[in-house]
Amino acid sequence: MTSHTWFFLVFYILTLLLVARPLGNHIAQVTEGRSILSLRFCSGVESVLYRLCGTRKDEEMGWLQYTIAILVFNVFGVLVVYSLQRLQFWLPLNPQSIANVSPDSSFNTAISFATNTNWQGYSGESAMSYLTQMLGLAVQNFFSAATGIVVAIALIRGFARHTVKTIGNAWVDLTRIILYVLLPISLVYAVFLVSQGVIQNFSAYKNVTTLEVTKYDNPKLDASGQSLKDEKGAPVTEPATIQTQTLPMGPVASQEAIKMLGTNGGGFFNANSAHPYENPTPLSNFVQMLSIFLIPAALCFTFGRMVGDTRQGRVVLIAMTLLFIVMAIAAIHFEQQGNPRLGSLGVNMAAGNMEGKEVRFGIGDTGLFATITTLASCGAVNGMHDSFTPLGGLVLMWNMMLGEVVFGGVGSGLYGMLLFAIMAVFIAGLMIGRTPEYLGKKIEMFEIKMVSLAILVTPLVALVGTAVAVMTADGVAGIGNPGPHGFSEILYAFTSAANNNGSAFAGVSANTPFYNVALAIVMWIGRFGVIVAVLALAGSLAAKKRVVANAGTMPTHGPLFVALLIGTVLLCGALNYVPAIALGPVVEHLMLLSGQ
Amino acid sequence: MKTTLRPAITLFVLLSVITGIVYPLGVTVLSQALFPWAAGGSLIIKEGKAVGSTLIGQNFTDPKYFWGRPSATSPQPYNSIASGGSNLGPTNPALVDAVQGRIDAIKTADPNGLLPIPADLVTTSGSGLDPHISPMAAHYQLARVASARRLPQEQVAALIRDYTEPPQLGLFGEARVNVLSLNLALDGQTKK
Repeated sequence: MTSHTWFFLVFYILTLLLVARPLGNHIAQVTEGRSILSLRFCSGVESVLYRLCGTRKDEEMGWLQYTIAILVFNVFGVLVVYSLQRLQFWLPLNPQSIANVSPDSSFNTAISFATNTNWQGYSGESAMSYLTQMLGLAVQNFFSAATGIVVAIALIRGFARHTVKTIGNAWVDLTRIILYVLLPISLVYAVFLVSQGVIQNFSAYKNVTTLEVTKYDNPKLDASGQSLKDEKGAPVTEPATIQTQTLPMGPVASQEAIKMLGTNGGGFFNANSAHPYENPTPLSNFVQMLSIFLIPAALCFTFGRMVGDTRQGRVVLIAMTLLFIVMAIAAIHFEQQGNPRLGSLGVNMAAGNMEGKEVRFGIGDTGLFATITTLASCGAVNGMHDSFTPLGGLVLMWNMMLGEVVFGGVGSGLYGMLLFAIMAVFIAGLMIGRTPEYLGKKIEMFEIKMVSLAILVTPLVALVGTAVAVMTADGVAGIGNPGPHGFSEILYAFTSAANNNGSAFAGVSANTPFYNVALAIVMWIGRFGVIVAVLALAGSLAAKKRVVANAGTMPTHGPLFVALLIGTVLLCGALNYVPAIALGPVVEHLMLLSGQ
Repeated sequence: MKTTLRPAITLFVLLSVITGIVYPLGVTVLSQALFPWAAGGSLIIKEGKAVGSTLIGQNFTDPKYFWGRPSATSPQPYNSIASGGSNLGPTNPALVDAVQGRIDAIKTADPNGLLPIPADLVTTSGSGLDPHISPMAAHYQLARVASARRLPQEQVAALIRDYTEPPQLGLFGEARVNVLSLNLALDGQTKK
C-alpha cells in the first residue's frame, strides 16, 4: 500500500459516510409514506399508479401476503426477461440483428437479473439487443434492487412496531423506492457518466478504419458455424488481416447507473466496468465504487432512525466499515506483490499484477473496486478476478463467503447483517444464560430457526453446487485453468451465484446447459430462500410485545457489540468455507511460492 | 389471488414503462444535448473519416508506432465487439508462455532494449481494449520509435510528455498515456 492508496481509502470512506447519511434519512421518509417536497412531481404519478392497481396507500399486509406479492412480482420479472431474449430478433431496437438467445442461457439470465445476481453467461455486445438490455435487464436492475430494499424495510418495521400483524404494503413500498430513490439518483448519475465518456445512444455499431492492419489467425468454421478441430483437438486457423474496428454502441449510461446503484453488477458489455465505454475515467471509477456502497450504507442510517435509536444503525455501520478496511488493504497488498513467475522472466513487478487490469485504474483502484464489488454482492468488475494472485483472489472469494453482509447488496446486506446481529445476541445470551433480546424484542425459538435457515441456506447451495460440478463431466468441462485454480473457478462460480454476487473467475465456460441450469437454481434459492425466512421473521417480530430494557439486557449499541458482531460474521463464514478455500487458492499460493 | 395478480401485473407493466422506456429515453435526450460527442463514443475524425475512439485502444505491432497493452480478445486483438481479458490464472503455464512470447517480440523489435520490461507492456488488459499505457511503458519504447522514424529522441519525448494525462483532478487514478492519440500525433509530425 502506497501513501496515496491509504489516503484514497480514507477519502473514499469519508465521502461515502458524508453522502450516505442524508440519503438514509431520505429513505426513511420515503418508506414512512411522507410526501417528499423536492420530488413533488412524482406524487402525481404515484397516485395514478395506485388507482390503476386498485391498491390503497394505507392498506397494510401481513408477512405472508407481503411475501407472496414480492414473489409474484419477481416471477413476472423472470418471465418477461426470458421472453424478451427468446424473441429479440423479431422485436424492435435491434440494429445489429442479434439472434434470439438459447433457452438455457435465457433462463439463466432471467433468474440472474431477477435475483439481483447479474451473473452473466452471455457476452452483452454480441448476445443482447438494445431492447432486451433496457426493457429487460435494466428494468430488473431497478426491480430487484427495490425488492432487496423493501424486504430490509419490512424487517426494520418488524423491530420498530409491536403487537401488530402487518409489516407494510409491498406495492406501495416498491413503487415509492423506485420513484423517490432509485430513479432520481440514476438520472443524475447517468448524465454524469456520459460526461466522463460512457456512451448513450441507439445507433448501430460504428466501423472505424484503424491506423495499422492487424494480422491474426482466424478459426475456420464448418458449415454449422462450429470451429473446426484437427486430430489433436486444436482449432484449425487460417491467417487473416483486418483494418476495421467495430465500435459497439447502445444506451449504456442509463443502464450503468442503476447497475451500480442497485448493486446489480450486470455489464452492458462483456468486460463490464473494465470496458472503457462503461467506465472510462478514474473519476467515473471512483463514483462507481461510491455508488455500490451508497444505498447499503444509507440503509444503516435508515435503520437507526426507524427503530428510534441512531446508535443501533451506527454500530452496524462501524462493524461493516472495519471489515471492509481490512479486506481492502489485504486485496490491494496481494495484488501489489505481482506474480513472481513473471518477475523471473524479466518483467518489472513494481506496477504489481497487471494481468487483467486496466492502466487507468492500476492496482489501487482495481483492488479497491474488487473488494467493494465482492463485499457488496454487486459483481461488477473493473479488472478480471480470474487473473488476480492466489491470495488476492482468495480475499475476493472470502468477501462473498461472509454472506454478502459487509455493506452487502442493497437491502440484502442490511437484512443479512441483522440476521447475524440476532445470532450474536443469541450466542451472547447462551453464554450468560438469559433469554436474548434485540431492540426490545425477545428472540425465541421461531426467530432462531428462521435466522439459522437464512444463514445456512446460501453456504449449503454453494457447496453442494460446487461438489456436484466437480463430480460431473459437464461441470469439469467448464474449467478454464489447470490445477487448483480450476477448482477455484468452480467454487467461485457457485459462491457468487448462491450469494447473488454475480462476479466470476471468468475463465470458466459457464454458458452451457449444465452451468446455466445449475447456477440458476442456486441463485434462486440463495435469494428467495433467505427472503422468505426474513419476511417470516419480520412478521413474527412485529407481532411481539416490546420489552423494556433492564440491567440484565445486553446493550447492542457499544464497541462490545461491534466486536461480537464481527466475530459472529467471521466465525460463521470460516466454519462454512475454510475447507473449500484450502483446496483452491491456498494450494495455488503454496505452488506459486514453491515455484511449481 | 386476484388481489395479488392485478396490482402485480399493473405495477409491473407501468413501472417497466417508466424505468425501461421513459428513463433511458430521458437520459439519451439529456446527454445528446449536453455531451453529444461523449454520448456518441468519443470518436476521432480525421479528414471526415472516423479513425477510432479516444477511449478504445487499437492494435500496434509496427516498430514506428508506440505499442499498447497486449489484448486477449478473439479472434483478433482489440476486437471491440468481443471485449474481455485472458482470464489466465497466475499459475497457468499458458500465462508464462504468452508473456515470454511478448518479451521476445519486444526484444526482436528493439535488440537494445533492457530488462526489466514494464509490466503493462507484456500483460493483457481486463477489457482487451485498454487505450492507455503507463508513462514508463511509453519511455521504454522511446528509442525504438525515434530510430524507426529517424526523429530526434527529444522530439518524441516531448510528445510523450504532451500526451501524458496526470491523475484526474490530481487525485484519481494513475498517470497514463493514450496510445492511439500519441501515434496519431507522431504521424502528424512525420508528415510535416
